Amino acid sequence: MLFVLLEAVAVSLIVSSNSQQGSAFFNSSNELSGSVFQTQSNVVEYFSLSSVNKSLMEKNAELLTELEALRRPADSIFIPLDSALFATIQFKGAKVINNSLRLSQNHLTINKGSNHGVKTGMGVINEQGVVGRVKSVSRNFSTIISLLHTDLLVSSKIKSNDVFGSTKWDGLNPEQAKLMYVPRHVVVEMGDQVVTSGYNSIFPEGIPIGTVIEVKPGTDTNYLDITLKLDTDFSKISYVYLVESFQQQELDSLYQSTEISNE
Amino acid sequence: MNSIRIITILLTGFLYLLFQILVLKNLVLFGVAFCFLYVIYIILLPLDLKTIPVLLISFFLGLGVDLFYDTLGIHTASLLLIAFLRHRWLMVLVPTGGYEDDLQPSLLNMGFGWFLSYSIPLVLVYHILFFYIESLGTDLFITSLQKIIASVIFVLVMSIIVQLLFYRRRRGI
Repeated sequence: MLFVLLEAVAVSLIVSSNSQQGSAFFNSSNELSGSVFQTQSNVVEYFSLSSVNKSLMEKNAELLTELEALRRPADSIFIPLDSALFATIQFKGAKVINNSLRLSQNHLTINKGSNHGVKTGMGVINEQGVVGRVKSVSRNFSTIISLLHTDLLVSSKIKSNDVFGSTKWDGLNPEQAKLMYVPRHVVVEMGDQVVTSGYNSIFPEGIPIGTVIEVKPGTDTNYLDITLKLDTDFSKISYVYLVESFQQQELDSLYQSTEISNE
Repeated sequence: MNSIRIITILLTGFLYLLFQILVLKNLVLFGVAFCFLYVIYIILLPLDLKTIPVLLISFFLGLGVDLFYDTLGIHTASLLLIAFLRHRWLMVLVPTGGYEDDLQPSLLNMGFGWFLSYSIPLVLVYHILFFYIESLGTDLFITSLQKIIASVIFVLVMSIIVQLLFYRRRRGI
């Protein structure tokens, strides 16, 4: 009897945690497991410092180049068109203290929580590309659904021709994912860049997701079977950025009132 | 069953939990072989422990592991099943002359052949259930099968090593 009871509790826990934005208590974002992971990562982080430094250096150099291109020469004038178009997105840094990539539903834990302004549903990227989406938040920690999670869809588009689809992990290889819902008539080349579409304001437009490495006609659908090589190296994630969009609430309520489900 | 034994049992469980979440969580050989060593703890609980305490221990141990793996309920459900099956399976495998009461059913106490025939089915059931639930809703049958087989072998090898290193013959750890 006790077995049946406890097993029922376990199954109900599985079912309740299956939704993408579950309760914050029974997962790695609660204070207990968060602090354990924090302690562990305080010890372990020294081993990855050199590679973290290297990737930060590379990102810095890239940003400097971009900044140089945007800097206006002294004799130019600049007229802002509409202030609503500026600063709709803000980034927050956080440290990854727990990561998994071999299960079929992987999660990460970061050391920022509601005290630092993290909310459920925020997009998470790092300097290489898309990482995932915030699932649940406690005061000091948050759990993130990794892109390597068979339920997470990321709205994405092919950079060269603006055809959009959804990126979804197929659970096989943590370096590859599938681009779904691209119709057969679209010409997709090997090596095409796939980036976020920016349609649902979780991610800003143009964050890298991956590169097309294989295109096959789908077996039983009207869609192409496209395999991506992910830009993000999930085995080496140590710092991430949270995307805070000031328009997300407005967009979400708009979608809700018009009953559009957006992924 | 005196209080020192109870404390030793609980403490061992806690050590297994810590080792699992701090070390073994990051250890996945070839991307398929997981090491859920804490399953061995339930398997090696003393023979005179009744099913109900075993179920309670595995519930909380499973919940603890779930918390850190972000796999809410999956470890718990699988661990409860083998905690439930353990006693019945032990009754099937009674050696001639019966069990000694407070013995641990370990490799050193019961012999290599007996231990394997006792632990392989339980570990296998655990992994089948775990990876089945874990991959529900996807079409990852072959991958799951690979993971199940590789993990069972890995866990058994690790458990033999751990028992040879840390367990003593006859009673206690």
